[in-house]
Amino acid sequence: MASLRYESQVRPPLVEGTKDYHQITEDIVRPIESNPSKLWWVGFLLAVGLLCFGIYSVYREVVYGIGQWNINHTIGWGWDITNFVWWIGIGHAGTLISAILLLFRQGWRTGVNRAAEAMTIFAVLCAAQFPLWHMGRVWLAFYVFPYPNTRGPVWPNFNSALLWDVFAISTYFTVSLLFWYTGLIPDLATIRDRAKLKWRKFMYGVLSLGWTGSTKHWQRHEALALVLAGLSTPLVLSVHTIVSFDFATSVIPGWHTTIFPPYFVAGAIFSGFAMVQSLLVVTRKVLHLEEYITIEHIDVMNKIIVLTGSIVGCAYLTELFVAWYSQDRFESWAFLQNRVNMFSPLGWSYYIMMSCNVLSPQIFWFRKLRRNVTVTFFMSVIVNIGMWFERFVIIVTSIYRDFVPSSWSIYYTPSIWEVGFYLGTFGFFFTCYFLFSKFFPVIALAEIKHILKRSGEKYKEQMDPEEKESIEAFADEYAHAH
Amino acid sequence: MAVKKFVVGCFDQEQVLFSAVKKVRSSGYKIHDVYTPMAIHGLDKAMGLRETSIHTAGFFYGLAGTATALCGIGWIFTSDWPLNLGGKPHFALPAWIPIVFELTVLFSAIGMTLTFCYLCQLAPFVRKHHFHLRSSDDMFVMVIECAAKTNQEDVSAFLQQCGAKHISVQQAETGWWLGTYDKHRAPFKEEGHSLF
Repeated sequence: MASLRYESQVRPPLVEGTKDYHQITEDIVRPIESNPSKLWWVGFLLAVGLLCFGIYSVYREVVYGIGQWNINHTIGWGWDITNFVWWIGIGHAGTLISAILLLFRQGWRTGVNRAAEAMTIFAVLCAAQFPLWHMGRVWLAFYVFPYPNTRGPVWPNFNSALLWDVFAISTYFTVSLLFWYTGLIPDLATIRDRAKLKWRKFMYGVLSLGWTGSTKHWQRHEALALVLAGLSTPLVLSVHTIVSFDFATSVIPGWHTTIFPPYFVAGAIFSGFAMVQSLLVVTRKVLHLEEYITIEHIDVMNKIIVLTGSIVGCAYLTELFVAWYSQDRFESWAFLQNRVNMFSPLGWSYYIMMSCNVLSPQIFWFRKLRRNVTVTFFMSVIVNIGMWFERFVIIVTSIYRDFVPSSWSIYYTPSIWEVGFYLGTFGFFFTCYFLFSKFFPVIALAEIKHILKRSGEKYKEQMDPEEKESIEAFADEYAHAH
Repeated sequence: MAVKKFVVGCFDQEQVLFSAVKKVRSSGYKIHDVYTPMAIHGLDKAMGLRETSIHTAGFFYGLAGTATALCGIGWIFTSDWPLNLGGKPHFALPAWIPIVFELTVLFSAIGMTLTFCYLCQLAPFVRKHHFHLRSSDDMFVMVIECAAKTNQEDVSAFLQQCGAKHISVQQAETGWWLGTYDKHRAPFKEEGHSLF
């Protein structure tokens, strides 16, 4: 059978096995239509438990005040903003996969984009909690938005990076949500049309907004996805750029560097892909989706991890070089004394960061390790630990010893409620992810069907056999010519 | 809203569908719509649908966002409440670029999505006539509208000859746009007018 669109035989198939359209629907909708397993319940209840602990920790903070946390002068941001930047970084992979890879016409995104986008949305929600509750008097949080008010009106400072952040994150969340949901509509309609149970038909009927699959609607849907991708691409780069401005526009040694925007964006993609790997390696196993999220997908994402990890490593070394080259005493102090000196109070965190982010991902230069699921999962956790320490290093080691030695703060350890808040966001994140994997298709059905006939294993075998010969002839010729 | 008769043919292969669309159109039948489980590139052209202008709308929504941000911040910082930030100029355009950019994207994305939902009649609780339940699974469903003079048997036979696997004749109420609204099956009771 000729394919609708030609794809080279050199590329490995993105959908393995002998699938047709109906089989794809069956495979992906199965977890939604069957009862969740015991393992699902264990995981879900664990996540809810963590969430409850988090809610209690936040309750303590609201009722008794910010003093419940061990932040102090000079460490005003501590764990809280570390966690904020960490989560927002994780929230970058989804839109990167769905937007940038859509523009680059990367077929492999279809296997992972839906789950990654969902992860993005949950991660951004987690991230938003930290600056919110850090305000202390959280009931006045709406003051950050500009609206005509009876206080003057007094407006927020539009020239401040912190306000840019409010706009960047709320825009990013909204656009990611729209992108994710418009993509979901046709898949929800598929579930609606298959549903036998009345409540399921009703629920997915409401959620799918009356989608019919009309050609005109698909045409608009494709146009919308493409333009949203075009808008999200600069958006996703802008968000972490602006987060980095929170630091870079300040005058704190260790923060005011021009390298921050690209360095933060690379770090965000790095940690985001690591989180996608952690989730999908488990999801594909538990939901039996190995034929859709193939080793090929994992391999490709590991390549991105080693690339972005190396960019981040390059940024670390550049910072050190500039700290020395600038001959700025405060800059050198921040980097060479507070970070690189292993025996300074927080020097150890710099070395955790370096080894997790720069050294360990280098194992992914080996194809065998890139394609090993266990190694991938282990590494994805290591990378996220490393990326958490990167933010900790940037925030805490830059401010715990400032210009005046008399105000140097003591060794910083978080309180149980600070840790509880962080664990609570994990609880929230995994509660959402468990619910998502139960009630929504974790793989974009319509998009997988779209690439099936040019990237499915069964169809690739039937595709233009003459090309196979020409590849061998080409390889032979090439080997002789070089 | 008139109740009309439709001949519905289901295809299981895109290639067959494409040639069927061409045959049906060249024979002078009017295709009401083709319902597919996924986007099929080129089908809109084969059916003679015009290109969507949703991206043009997105551009103008984006412009509206840019204008809102620039005018809003400009007015606030130069006239309504000029803050003295270290003696720097009140009209500080470079510092506003991030927010101007974000609002451009935000307006464009929200505007386009709402336009998309409006044009495709997508909203919770809107119930439409679904010609075939498997059109969201693995079937490509071509729906041909019958005029007063159309002989349904002829159309059915023609579709059979084009390669349709399953053919049926259905009655459905046409909506104000390409979609249809089935008020008898609506979960809430509203006599006389549709949701829109």
